Amino acid sequence: MKTEVHLNSPALAVAMKGGAGYWRRQWPLYIMMIIPMAFFIVFRYIPMAGVLVAFKDYNIFKGIWASPWAGFDVFKEIFSLPEFYKALRNTLMLNFLGLLTFPIPIVLALMLNEIRVHWYKRVSQTLMYLPHFISWVIVGGMAIELLSTNYGTINQMLNAIGVPAIPFLEKPALWVATYVGAGVWHSAGWGMILYLAALTGINKELYEAADMDGATRMRKTWHVTLPGIKPTIIVLFILQIGNMANIGFEQPYVLTNNYVSDYSQVISTYVYTVGIQSARFAIATAVGLFQSVVGLILLLTAELISRKINNQGIF
Amino acid sequence: MIQNSSEKLGNAVIMILIGIFCLFCVLPMIHIFALSFSGNRAIMSGEVFLWPIEWNLNSYKDIWGDSSMIRSLLFTIGLVVGYTVLSLCATILAAYPLSRRNFKGKNVMFAMIIVTMFFNPGIIPNYLLVKELHLLNDAWSLVLPILVNAFLLIILKTSFSQMPEELEDSAWLDGCGHFRYLLRIVLPLSLPILATLALYSAVDRWNTFQDALFYINDSNLYPIQMKLYEMVVNSFVNDASAQEGFSATTPVPQSLQAASIMFATVPIILVYPWLQRYFISGMLAGAVKG
Repeated sequence: MKTEVHLNSPALAVAMKGGAGYWRRQWPLYIMMIIPMAFFIVFRYIPMAGVLVAFKDYNIFKGIWASPWAGFDVFKEIFSLPEFYKALRNTLMLNFLGLLTFPIPIVLALMLNEIRVHWYKRVSQTLMYLPHFISWVIVGGMAIELLSTNYGTINQMLNAIGVPAIPFLEKPALWVATYVGAGVWHSAGWGMILYLAALTGINKELYEAADMDGATRMRKTWHVTLPGIKPTIIVLFILQIGNMANIGFEQPYVLTNNYVSDYSQVISTYVYTVGIQSARFAIATAVGLFQSVVGLILLLTAELISRKINNQGIF
Repeated sequence: MIQNSSEKLGNAVIMILIGIFCLFCVLPMIHIFALSFSGNRAIMSGEVFLWPIEWNLNSYKDIWGDSSMIRSLLFTIGLVVGYTVLSLCATILAAYPLSRRNFKGKNVMFAMIIVTMFFNPGIIPNYLLVKELHLLNDAWSLVLPILVNAFLLIILKTSFSQMPEELEDSAWLDGCGHFRYLLRIVLPLSLPILATLALYSAVDRWNTFQDALFYINDSNLYPIQMKLYEMVVNSFVNDASAQEGFSATTPVPQSLQAASIMFATVPIILVYPWLQRYFISGMLAGAVKG
């Protein structure tokens, strides 16, 4: 028993004297937990029960409980909707392209690690972290100011030198590139943080030994630095794969427009359109549940793989 | 030596590449800054790049003269302050008991909280709950559904449990109960981590858009990001449909759009030095534990 260690602690002795002593001392802890636990039950657990809507013929006037059961009819319905497959395809496509940008924070962190001029390093970090704190609405606004065909600055500059405007936001392929680029802008710098932390944990003697052997910078990076941050890379990579089915709402929503909706409609925005805008709650809940379940399975698989490769779980 | 000069070249290349990425990060913001102070004619003719042309404050005056914008600003400030205080209180109330050694039921309650981090029931069940509670079009819908962030709770709990146990024991011997111990000893010793949490919550609510879009229809209750979305993004989307002949709305002048973007960005930039300092430690504390 670990309590033995503290047997000489008088407070513990009082607390352990018996039920009454325990309660006399510890009752405030239970009072404190009332509000937080009420929050978790009401706002986290009741919505979990709310997924039952997906198995109901939901009638807004009857409420969740009184609506008749529909079994898996709703799921049959969503799997017959072409719009659903489109949203699923776009989600996977955008996430996959996002996965291709996975090495960028690693490369940035490795480069930053090589910089010996301290003020330059500090200023760079400051500038690179900043976009993380800018809201997606602002990013969307900036994308329009910079990239739109009619008045975007980049297109105005292209026009000025006689190059025709590039429809960054209106042509699907270019829009997808813009989407991925906005993601890099927003989070690549911030994504360095965990790598930079891992880099500081690498044993300096390894570099000294490599210097003795006359290793070049490239060889040191390859044979010392990268192996040093390999566990971090693997965990973050697996985590990102585990999140393949999940997609944020704001990034696609603020960047989209009518021209590209065939490619920008993802699961989250689809759920919003069908559920909140059209009030088809059962279908939207089923789509969301499908995403949550697939997401959970992927995440648990990721955890298992991580345990196999890294000998330690993510969580 | 050859080795040495190639090292130097390598350093230069790396610094230049990092510099380019830094420019990629800040140039868009500098450009918007320049637009917001420029004359509309200069903007339309594409003269403005990184420095304002035909310098003027008209756009900012327009924003200050727009009562709906000011109302939205005040509402957002109220939301940020109110949410930050309430959320911090609720998080402290949960973190303190969960960080005590001798608290029966701790593991069950903690497990219940952790589970919620793994399974997200999705947008609609949350929406229906807010609806059933009659919180739609109510400022509380932007506060209550996210009152406690489990991730921040874990960070705070970890910090509390690192305090020496003798402190609690001696406080108890001095007749100091849990509430007094929490208020007089634990909280004053935890100010840096509390500041981190407060900043995190404040930035989150300042940037709130998604839940406002879902839960708020009344434009009197639009947080600043919703307002901005209407002014900038929606006007572009409408512009796109206008060209297809759906609807024609009056376009918002570009300098005004830029000024609105600056308006919503400046507070973040002002607190950014603190953000940077505290967030990194908070992020790493969470990563080690989570």
